[in-house]
Order: sequence, then C-alpha cells, then structure tokens
Amino acid sequence: MGKGMLKRRVAAVIYVKDGLVVQSIGFKRFLPIGRVDIAVRYLNEWGADEIVLLDIEASRKGAPPDMSVVAVAASMCRVPLAVGGGVATIQNARDLIRGGADKICINNAALASAELISDVAAEFGNQCVIGCIDAVCSEDGYRVFDHARGVATGVAVRAHAMRMSGAGAGEILITSVDRDGGKCGFDSRLVHEVCGAVKVPVICCGGAGTPQHFVDVFTETSVHAACGGNFFHYTEHSLTVTKSELVKAGIAVRHDTHARYETGKVDNAGRLTKREEPELAKLLYVRIPKEVI
Amino acid sequence: MSQPSIVIVDYGVGNIRSIENAICSLGYRKIAVSMESAVLSSADAIVLPGVGAFGECAKNLRQRHLDEMLAEVALVKRTPLLGICVGMQLLAEYSLEGGYHHGLGWIPGSVQRLQLPGDHAVPHVGWNSLAGEKSDIMFSRLNSGAEFYFDHSYHFICDEKFVAAYVECGERFIAAVQLRNIFGVQFHPEKSHTNGLKLFRSFFEWVKAC
Repeated sequence: MGKGMLKRRVAAVIYVKDGLVVQSIGFKRFLPIGRVDIAVRYLNEWGADEIVLLDIEASRKGAPPDMSVVAVAASMCRVPLAVGGGVATIQNARDLIRGGADKICINNAALASAELISDVAAEFGNQCVIGCIDAVCSEDGYRVFDHARGVATGVAVRAHAMRMSGAGAGEILITSVDRDGGKCGFDSRLVHEVCGAVKVPVICCGGAGTPQHFVDVFTETSVHAACGGNFFHYTEHSLTVTKSELVKAGIAVRHDTHARYETGKVDNAGRLTKREEPELAKLLYVRIPKEVI
Repeated sequence: MSQPSIVIVDYGVGNIRSIENAICSLGYRKIAVSMESAVLSSADAIVLPGVGAFGECAKNLRQRHLDEMLAEVALVKRTPLLGICVGMQLLAEYSLEGGYHHGLGWIPGSVQRLQLPGDHAVPHVGWNSLAGEKSDIMFSRLNSGAEFYFDHSYHFICDEKFVAAYVECGERFIAAVQLRNIFGVQFHPEKSHTNGLKLFRSFFEWVKAC
C-alpha cells in the first residue's frame, strides 16, 4: 500500500537536560530517563522516521547547544536528526550541521525576531530549518509560550507560525504545553489551526500516550508528522505497535521493521496483549534470520 | 581491492558527518573527508554531499577549485561518484534556486522549483517510495518501491535516459540519475535507515568489483 505518495511520519522527540534524557511533564517537572546514545540507538532501530533532539535547558541558561551530545546522537542515528535548544546564532547552526544535525530547530531565538530563521535558511536552505512553537491555550485562543522565561506571551500561535514560515522555516513543530506529558492525546484543534495557517509541513508534539492518539491526529488533521516522547521510552515496542495500528487504519507510513504486529491486539493503554498459547507455541520454533546488509 | 578508498568531498557545506557515520557503520574503514586534489585523485569512489542552497554550494565548490579537480577524476579518470541531494543537483548544468547558478554540467539538465499539484506541501519532506528504478548498481539490494527520506524544494529535470529512479508526490519527478560512472540521488541514503545502508552497500561493493 501507499505507493507513490509521501508517508506520514512518526517521529520521536528526546528532551535533554544536563546531558541526560528526561521525561517532561507540562514543561515543569522533569524525570530522568537515561543516556542519549542509548535512546537514539533504540528509537532508530524501532523504526522512528525522524528523531528530534531538544535541549530544554540551554535557552534558559543562555548556553549554546552541547556539541558532545549532538555528536553522540548523530553517530547512532540513521534517520533524520533535528536538533534544537540554545540555537541563538548562525554559528550555532553551522556547528550543529557540521556535528551531524540534519535540521535546526529554532524556538526561543525567533520569539523576538525571525532574522535567525532567514539567515539559517539562506545558508542551508529552507528544508533545514524547523520553526518550533510551544503553545498554551488561553481564553483568547492559542498563545506562544516562552519556555525560557516560563510565561505565555501575547503572540497568537497562528500569526507566529505564519511569520516563521514566511521567514524561511521549511517545517513547523508545534508543541502543546498543556498536553505535554499528559498522555491524553494530541491537541487536534491546535494542530489543525497551525496546518491551516502555513503551507509548509507541520509536525505536532505533546500528549501522545497510545497508538490511537496517532491515528486520531493523522485522521483529524493534515499534519505531516507526529512526535511521541515518553510513550516511546516507556512502553515496549510502542513505535512498532503504533505504526501497525496506523497501517491498519489505512494511513500511509513507512513500516519496514521485522516485527509488524498487524495481527496483534492492543489494549487501552496502547500495550500489546498476550497472544493465545497455541500461537505462541508455534512462534517458539520460527527462525528469524538476522538481516545482514 | 579489500577496502575501497572512499572520499567524501569537504567543501564547507553539507552533512558530512552523517554520511561518514553511515558508511563507517557498514565496515568501510578507508574513508577520508577531504578537499585535497591528491586525496581525490587517489579515491576509488567519491561522495559529493550537499545540504542547503544550490548557489552557496556551487560557489563554495568553485572557490576551492573543486569543480576542476572533480572534473578531472570523474570525467577523465572516471572514478565512480555519488552525489547526494544538492550534491546530485550540482551535476546539472544550472539551477534556478534563488537566481541563476551554473552547476558542474556533467549531466545535461537543470534544477527547478518543485511545483506540486493540489495541497501537496513544498518542501517535499519525508519518506517516499521510489518508482521505475533502473540502476542495479544502486538498487540491486532493495525491493522495488523501497522508501527513502527526501527533503528538498527543488528537483532535477533531465532526459529520461539519465533517470535512474522516479518518485511520486501528486506528480512524478526524478529521484535518481546516472550517466556512466556518475550517480546522483535526490534523497538522503545516509538518513534512510536500512534502505539507505543497502544502497551504500550496493554502490561500494560495485566499486570494489570494478
């Protein structure tokens, strides 16, 4: 299926704080998960279509991106690697590209002016720049959240997305702060609003907790890619199960890992349920040769 | 040869590290990242990377006199060369990305902005399957319709005889080109997981057997 069309992407987001992968809850609480290299290696093997590596502390500290973390991630990553957090100058972007990043995420530096986006796009092309927006829901609609200062700005998300794409961002990454770490599903209304505002591909993030959440956001909006964070770290085989569920729902995704799970059942929490004993007994003697490239 | 000597052209732009990491993970050890004429002329295979704007890439290439050096090895010595993304587009005669820029002109053709029908977004970014693959040298280890990662706003336009693969997104456009020892892919094999590694393996094993 899905010949001759662009696939929807299932991306994995990795939040890094002080060199460690962390789980983020509402942009306020952070729980340590583990090492960056291991997270990247596993997510890469499990079939993530893209990996987004964000240092959530750099902008707040005014520090440049940690190149050693990027180098480690890049050495393990065989899918596109987008890197962000602390990108404040064109030199930061150059260092990141040279260090193995494929795309540059610009968030905080674009709050005041979109100049950095234009500069990076001019040097590396639009496809290299992801304009990142953290959004909160307010009474007047969605507003841009300044995570370095921890406050909502008065800027409308829609206008900000248009400004970023106008300045040269080739993709927009929209993160719902309200849904972050909540495992209650993507904010489809927010995602839909951003998709309607820009012509460039949109990536959504925040709220993924089950494979069904991905099915929902891909069905309800025209979003190109959806990110999972904690869900992929904590739930075994979650990436593969998510892709199987997307295939079942008729959504075109890249799905070429050996394990496919299309016949498996998934419980409400998005976990695979145990198969029937006779089926397991049969599987016991199936030889799966290791693929050598 | 037990190990082909692979040179990734270093000209200031390009995701050189990603390509080096991917090729290295396949067990090739004689990999150099260089812009030295001596290194280039001793290579068994050359990889021409490219990220960014065509004009910037072409300018960087000329400033370092790499256009002449590469012409010597690719056109006279006929060393196998694989252009990736903008590295592939540079093989064309010219590009219209941000004005008119001359390319290397090794494959007759041009680079123009993607005009996709309907609500297909440009840049064309994401995983897409190939169609009409022709080059066994690149695709022998892959099933037909294998998925690769694309990320571009401009595309190569040339005569059908130079086309090694197409891709479809609302309409059909060129995904890979080949003319003798010169190969180019619009997608990123270094970012296309196992499919990309298989392409590298096919290409470098062919180089080894040459």
